[in-house]
Amino acid sequence: MFGAGGGTSSYRETEEANIILLWGSNAREAHPIYFHHVLRGIRNGARLVVVDPRRTVSAQWADAWLGLDVGSDVALANAMGREILAAGLENREFIGHATAKFDAYRDAVQKYTLEYAERETGVPASAIRDVAHAYAKAEKAQLCWTLGITEHHNALDNVFALINLALLTGHVGRWGSGVCPLRGQNNVQGGGDMGALPNKLPAGHDVENPASREQWERLWGAPIPHKRGWHLSRMFEEMEHGNLSALYVVGENPAQSEADQTRAMNLLEGLEHLVVQDMFLTRTGELAHVVFPAAASWCEDEGTVTSSERRVQRVRKALEPPGQARTDLEILVEIGRRFGVDLGSPVAERLWDEMRSLSPWHGGMSYRRLEAENGLQWPCPDESHPGSPFLHGRLWADPVGGPLAIFVPTEHEPPVERLTEDFPIRLTTGRRLDSFNTGVQTGGYSSPLRRGETLDIAREDGERLGIADGEVVRAVSRRGAVDVPVRYDETLRPGLAFMTLHFQDEVATNLLTIDATDPKSGTAEFKAAAIRIEKVAAPALVAR
Amino acid sequence: MSTARRLDATRPVTLSIDGASVTVPAGSTILEACRSRGIDTPTLCFLENLAPVNVCRVCVVELEGARVLVPACSRPVEADMKIRTDSERVRLSRRMVLEFLASSVDLSLASDDVRRWMERYGADPSRYGPPAPPRAANERDNAGPGHHHAASAGAAANVVQPVKVDNDLYVRDYARCILCYKCVQACGVEAQNTFAIAIAGRGFDARVSTEFATPLPESACVYCGNCIGVCPTGALMFKSEHDLRGAGKWDESRQTVTDTICPYCGVGCTLELRVQDNAIVRVTSPLDHDVTSGHLCIKGRFGWQFVQNRPEE
Repeated sequence: MFGAGGGTSSYRETEEANIILLWGSNAREAHPIYFHHVLRGIRNGARLVVVDPRRTVSAQWADAWLGLDVGSDVALANAMGREILAAGLENREFIGHATAKFDAYRDAVQKYTLEYAERETGVPASAIRDVAHAYAKAEKAQLCWTLGITEHHNALDNVFALINLALLTGHVGRWGSGVCPLRGQNNVQGGGDMGALPNKLPAGHDVENPASREQWERLWGAPIPHKRGWHLSRMFEEMEHGNLSALYVVGENPAQSEADQTRAMNLLEGLEHLVVQDMFLTRTGELAHVVFPAAASWCEDEGTVTSSERRVQRVRKALEPPGQARTDLEILVEIGRRFGVDLGSPVAERLWDEMRSLSPWHGGMSYRRLEAENGLQWPCPDESHPGSPFLHGRLWADPVGGPLAIFVPTEHEPPVERLTEDFPIRLTTGRRLDSFNTGVQTGGYSSPLRRGETLDIAREDGERLGIADGEVVRAVSRRGAVDVPVRYDETLRPGLAFMTLHFQDEVATNLLTIDATDPKSGTAEFKAAAIRIEKVAAPALVAR
Repeated sequence: MSTARRLDATRPVTLSIDGASVTVPAGSTILEACRSRGIDTPTLCFLENLAPVNVCRVCVVELEGARVLVPACSRPVEADMKIRTDSERVRLSRRMVLEFLASSVDLSLASDDVRRWMERYGADPSRYGPPAPPRAANERDNAGPGHHHAASAGAAANVVQPVKVDNDLYVRDYARCILCYKCVQACGVEAQNTFAIAIAGRGFDARVSTEFATPLPESACVYCGNCIGVCPTGALMFKSEHDLRGAGKWDESRQTVTDTICPYCGVGCTLELRVQDNAIVRVTSPLDHDVTSGHLCIKGRFGWQFVQNRPEE
């Protein structure tokens, strides 16, 4: 954000914050060790506010739980912004000194009164007001979010709505105050930092910027395409339009992880050529023409990953990979050779040194330092730089070093799929503590907590529909249906249902989800489908 | 919490330890002052990343002017304290603590430090007689208040009992438990805040227990294994390690420990992978790491099996 795609704070700052907002994040289950820092913050006196449609185990630790309706985040955030302004609690000095386009933001939030927000979000106006005041008045405030913010058709707007709050109150760029997306996978941050995004080169350089491109072309001795590529959702659209016929998938299982699985499977099956590189023969691998068995990058290979606090840390080889599996790097080098390009025999450290020779974020991060200092947080431009626990301190400097932080006004747009008489229940998705994504990895260990997939609903809905706790029902969306046992869940209010994506082989939740995507980020709206629940007459077979 | 304690280097405090003058930052403990002088001070219930609970009393020192011996691990230094760490009174107290524990608990998997301290203080657990016969499974769990009866004359009372194996991830071998409270702290306010275990019973019947001594799968346990991470005696053990030891295949000479990062969420927890024969057998995290403070979740601690579910070779 503000020119650097990473969380602005360190986890340790959470321990010293006066208020912690977890927005669309169930960190207690999805980021348990981050939540340890939150717990220390609570013990040190911080107020915890959890914004989540479900009263999750994280919310159970909160001073205030704002149980908003799924997909009404912008309405809530804008109402908080309006209330902060109405009460005169904005940080005028910071706004005037370090930000731009404040007037546009102030005008945009005018219609988001507390009453309007209460109607749109279901959160009582008094609760919105209290949290807005507490956030604005706090000396140190952490605002963190997860997929509850980003797995929506308006993902980027949701993020901007939260960043606007931080700018409005000056809660960024200081020790203790910041905005942080908690990353869902161990190297989402690092993958982006390394340029594994359709529009990026390493270190945030834009692939469509000729000056950036030229630097890397010189280093690599090879031309780089001038135009950005396609993100995942766009790729599926282009398959549909017949413009994409070959796909090379590395370490991902889109046959089961994509929303609207029927469509995804059809498109993958229609490809002329599908290559899958993975540790396992996933469902996607079963569809592939060529499969490259890959080593586990975190324990059968060398390299680095980058965490949600921008900490680059070493992964190391502890095990020999099984059978014919090779490291991702070895496979890529071999493919290069088949294309007639000799990439030599590169090792991870040398590639890292090459990358950091051009990356001001990573310049000072030698393997030796990463080892000695338990990792380093970027930016770390040179070997004498200690790394950066928090970002954007420059916004408090006089004059502001670099560009101003820009308010981006956003408007509330409810989920694409509205609730109707035929599909009256809102289905949202998420993770459980002991499992991960489509279960490819966590399926390998025997967790005493695991109980398989369930359709979690409020007791009130179960009783209204005459469905008992544990009864197998059919969950039906406009795209598909699955048979799944019901579980009464006290964390859900009537009208809201919850499933995970962890047991796709047994219950393919993604047959139900909607692939409405955010045009800017390409993220699908996993968090908001509309379903109905049907009784199943005969003892049902679990859907395949 | 332990993290709340702050050392203040701007306010040095000078005290005397075994006749030598020692200066440490205000807020330091006597233990830290002893260690700064290289004085080998035994500890059992103390761990750097947990608040001291003062239960084992093996670290006691003599403080001039104090009626009783004081625990070095928790007592903050004060100016002009006069401390003796090796007086006859201190040596006797430490010897008794070590003797009582060694006569009643299986310390064979405790660190070499414990053996060294027992030797230094002349601890001789055999003088309490041969061990009393083992208890049946759950017998100690069901002991109510006042149930304890001294072992028959000439036999050493002890906590020998069968290992509790009630899930696939970790086992509880309470015959090895010295009641240091570290697991209770790690499960509770010091780290995990799950509160699945506590100390039940009183006196010799005191034991670590889930609520109503239910098996782990019926308890509040979330299998973070942070109790295993702090256990000093092998009472809490990965099932993988327990099975290898049971089969006589645990062999530390064939083991390596490699630091890497957890493959799951984006928090970036350091994992120390202990590997034997190309298989992970135990996972820990360094206590002094900012991100984890040594603590993990179920996925980081136990979720690695997917890399070694290999066909029989």
